[in-house]
Amino acid sequence: MSTDPADVENQRLEIRLLLEAIYQRSGYDFRGYASAHIKRRLDHVRARNRLASFCDMIHRLIYDPPFFDEVLAALSINVTEMFRDPHFYRAVRETVVPHLKTYPFIKVWHAGCAAGQEVYSMAILLKEEGMLSRAQIYGTDINPPVLETARRGIYPLEAVRQYTTNYQKAGGTASFADYYTAGYDSVALSADLKKTMLFSPHNLVTDGIFGEMHMIFCRNVLIYFGDDLQEKVIKLFLDSLCNGGFLCLGSKESLRFSAHADAFEVVDAREKIYRKRHVRALGMQGEP
Amino acid sequence: MRFGAVAIGASAGGLEAVGTVLAALPADFPLAIMVVQHIAPTADDTLAQRFQRRCRLPVREAEDKEPILPGVVFVAPADFHLMVEPELRFSLSREERVNYSRPSIDVLMETAAEVFCSALTGVILTGASADGAAGLAAIKRMGGRAMVQAPETAEIDIMPKAALAACAVDAVLPPADIGAALAALAPGA
Ligand SMILES: C[S@@+](CC[C@H](N)C(=O)[O-])C[C@H]1O[C@@H](n2cnc3c(N)ncnc32)[C@H](O)[C@@H]1O
Repeated sequence: MSTDPADVENQRLEIRLLLEAIYQRSGYDFRGYASAHIKRRLDHVRARNRLASFCDMIHRLIYDPPFFDEVLAALSINVTEMFRDPHFYRAVRETVVPHLKTYPFIKVWHAGCAAGQEVYSMAILLKEEGMLSRAQIYGTDINPPVLETARRGIYPLEAVRQYTTNYQKAGGTASFADYYTAGYDSVALSADLKKTMLFSPHNLVTDGIFGEMHMIFCRNVLIYFGDDLQEKVIKLFLDSLCNGGFLCLGSKESLRFSAHADAFEVVDAREKIYRKRHVRALGMQGEP
Repeated sequence: MRFGAVAIGASAGGLEAVGTVLAALPADFPLAIMVVQHIAPTADDTLAQRFQRRCRLPVREAEDKEPILPGVVFVAPADFHLMVEPELRFSLSREERVNYSRPSIDVLMETAAEVFCSALTGVILTGASADGAAGLAAIKRMGGRAMVQAPETAEIDIMPKAALAACAVDAVLPPADIGAALAALAPGA
């Protein structure tokens, strides 16, 4: 949509109302997402459906359920891959796993796991480190169809070459082919990896803490959130981690601009690996 | 808005052209600078360091939600779109390519235009793409300024020509002169 100076404020108002309509109709809350991102996504749907304005979209989405679903789908970016950013997984293996090994049992949460490739990657890594039987891995997302794919663990065959290269670069110690069985046009990841996984819907904006995690992955999700919402979600992670627990963000995300930065120690600035500092219980001495 | 901004877009041949523009800016340049240089998705994060060698201002790769500051050159990371948020922060995105590109110059310029309005100058340099043409037109519609590398000085003139066809631009110059023209801009411009 071509925008003139006079339209900018009006369009922002229309978008706020549209997001409010989505929220009231479905409970999905996109109001705090990054506004430049939201506007681009909505404008795609508007143009594709030849609607003149965001206001016209509001009417359609209230009265036309398939259109509502189209808008929801447009607001969701689900791209992911196994061992995405291989050097990150190498860093996890080398710097985080030795700490995880000191616990008898660990809980790992992948927030915004999309179709689960990140979760299977971590399971493989833990298996190779002899930790899988001592781990429970949670994968959550707001998007039910991608969670269903995650549960099945079946991915297109054409992705496997990329996954294999990533796996090798990530420092995999076996052969990637050991972890799947190939079908005609897809591969199924091995059932033995799935045993430790639990996938469930969870909305980072509206749902509560996920307790006492030793490690949280939230990669390439926060970039789609506005700065206030990011703060809220970082606090949610802080409260969901045990003392000394690890938080892993996406390659271009960081805690640098967060008010909660001090609550974390930087483990690997480049790979965006952070660790929750031990919170000392506040004694009553010194209180008046 | 307490400061203005410059959005620079370049593709093939851009390393040299962007470098030349940046080399002309003084150490006390008062505007924020944002650069989209098309680059392979697998490129490492050393682009900012390469530009830094020829630039007196600090040059760095933009991070997500990083506050936009005057006198700093922010470079879009490989394989992410760079956008400007109304709170004067950047946001990054992995949504689909635009004009076969991620980062896309159009995405940066269109989002920056809505935030900086008339305080934005867009610059399109060499490249074999039409990316940036729609973005530059958006900047003009919002009351900003447009500069385009003189096609005969461009390593590849497709991108400058596409930009010239898309809107009425304010200046058509070789890169060194674009740098000098930027250096002459007032702080709020
Ligand atoms: C780009 S994918 C990231 C996948 C994976 N973590 C990676 O880095 O490859 C972003 C995911 O975040 C999910 N998401 C977006 N908003 C969310 C929210 N409020 N709560 C939970 N997940 C969300 C999307 O549905 C999508 O699957």
